[in-house]
Amino acid sequence: MNLSEVKNRVVITGLGVVAPNGVGLPAFTNAIKTGTSGITYHQNLKDKGFSCCIGGVPIISEEKKLEYLSPLQLRGFNSSSILYGCMAGIDAWKDAGFSVEENSELDYDSGLIFGTGTSGIEKLREAIYKIDDQNVRRLGSTSVVQTMASGISAYLGGILGFGNQVTTNSSACTTGTEALLLGFERIKNGKAKRMLVGSSSDSSLYTWGGFDAMRVMSYKHNEAPEKGSRPMSATAAGFVPGSGAGALVLESLESALERKATIYAEVLGGNINSGGQRKGGTLTAPNSEAVQKCITDAVLDSGISSSEIDVINGHLTATSKDSLEIENWTKALQRKGKYFPYINSLKSMVGHCLAASGAIECVAAVAQVKGQFVFPNINCDDVHPEISALISNDKIPTQIIEKNITILAKASFGFGDVNGCVIFKKYSD
Amino acid sequence: MTKEEIISKLTTIVKPYVQNEEGFKNLNENTDFINDLEINSANLVDIILDVEDEFKIEIDNDSMEKMLSVKATVEIIQTKINA
Repeated sequence: MNLSEVKNRVVITGLGVVAPNGVGLPAFTNAIKTGTSGITYHQNLKDKGFSCCIGGVPIISEEKKLEYLSPLQLRGFNSSSILYGCMAGIDAWKDAGFSVEENSELDYDSGLIFGTGTSGIEKLREAIYKIDDQNVRRLGSTSVVQTMASGISAYLGGILGFGNQVTTNSSACTTGTEALLLGFERIKNGKAKRMLVGSSSDSSLYTWGGFDAMRVMSYKHNEAPEKGSRPMSATAAGFVPGSGAGALVLESLESALERKATIYAEVLGGNINSGGQRKGGTLTAPNSEAVQKCITDAVLDSGISSSEIDVINGHLTATSKDSLEIENWTKALQRKGKYFPYINSLKSMVGHCLAASGAIECVAAVAQVKGQFVFPNINCDDVHPEISALISNDKIPTQIIEKNITILAKASFGFGDVNGCVIFKKYSD
Repeated sequence: MTKEEIISKLTTIVKPYVQNEEGFKNLNENTDFINDLEINSANLVDIILDVEDEFKIEIDNDSMEKMLSVKATVEIIQTKINA
């Protein structure tokens, strides 16, 4: 059998997550079921003159760090995105049933694609100050590996001993979903048996500052942080910044069955495209035609009909673009009103985790398919009238719904007019 | 500062970077950082920065290149302290 001609089925066999409302899969799953917010007030944002002083930051103790990184790795360490990515990645790999050992045998069948926007921005700041102070030699050996974009894949690749492709992708807020689809393609085409995919983003005012300056972050809820992130709400006032990492182990069905691994869900297919910053698309705004095409092509790629979609996990950031996103879904799926699927946005609980958002949200999406529930949208008791005009309000649950989910669609959209949509299916042989 | 005192301080400095504990237990004047302690070569620059901080000296590029063993390092530290 020629491996290059095989089109493998791809399943998910491991999950890991570091989110503002839950670190580790059990805590995170519990948080999304109960609608627990991870958004808090941050005095350092206020002190630096930010308009938005709330954000989502995962809480991690020093002891917890030592469960994942060695004292040597933590010397001069100042990159939260790498820390979160390592934690989520290692958790996912262990969750899939693998051990993590320093001298494990090199595994040429396993690789990883782990994305980020910028890496170690606080470390980069440290380095810039030293260089400006004519102290370049004081950077030591830790600056490059923590600030190179591929720092996260480099760290994880070494910790896990992967011998297949080890790389970092970057496509703004589409990054995590794109990483998943790139890994999916690689396994489908027989180039790898397992791909650890995910993305991470720093908790840093230096990552968030530019968005504050663009006035796209919410400054109206500094007094009530948990109410601040309001996707699809009439009182949405911009996104709330978040941070963290999500990771998923993708595996060929054949390999998963051989190992008798727990299967969370199947990746049926998906699509990645760009609106080319044409037809209304810009560096920061989406070309709706391309968004719709991305969704319809994902449905097509998965070999399903749009009527089969039970649940959508949207991008839905709580900016003025939410209504447009809903409109695009209704057009792409040819479903509206009461015929529209259930839809939710994780951002209501964790904020917009930027480069990490796609991966954390894919973890949430897969947890729903595995657990057969639809997590609640918090802060959406007042659905935006433009959205109510398109879909029934009861399709935007504000309480958890226990439900048979066969197909779930997840999409992410990013600056640069880039789109990604993936279709998950409850696993059945 | 005596040679013994310098070696004692140096032992504390290199400890976090050591990957061969056996070599570390037997650390002596002839110990080679890379061959005996299996210290990652990238970490040698970190050790030099730690040495600068501990002994309040500055180590130039030429000296740096020679600091691959305990013996050479002690000699350079002594020279710089006495300079």
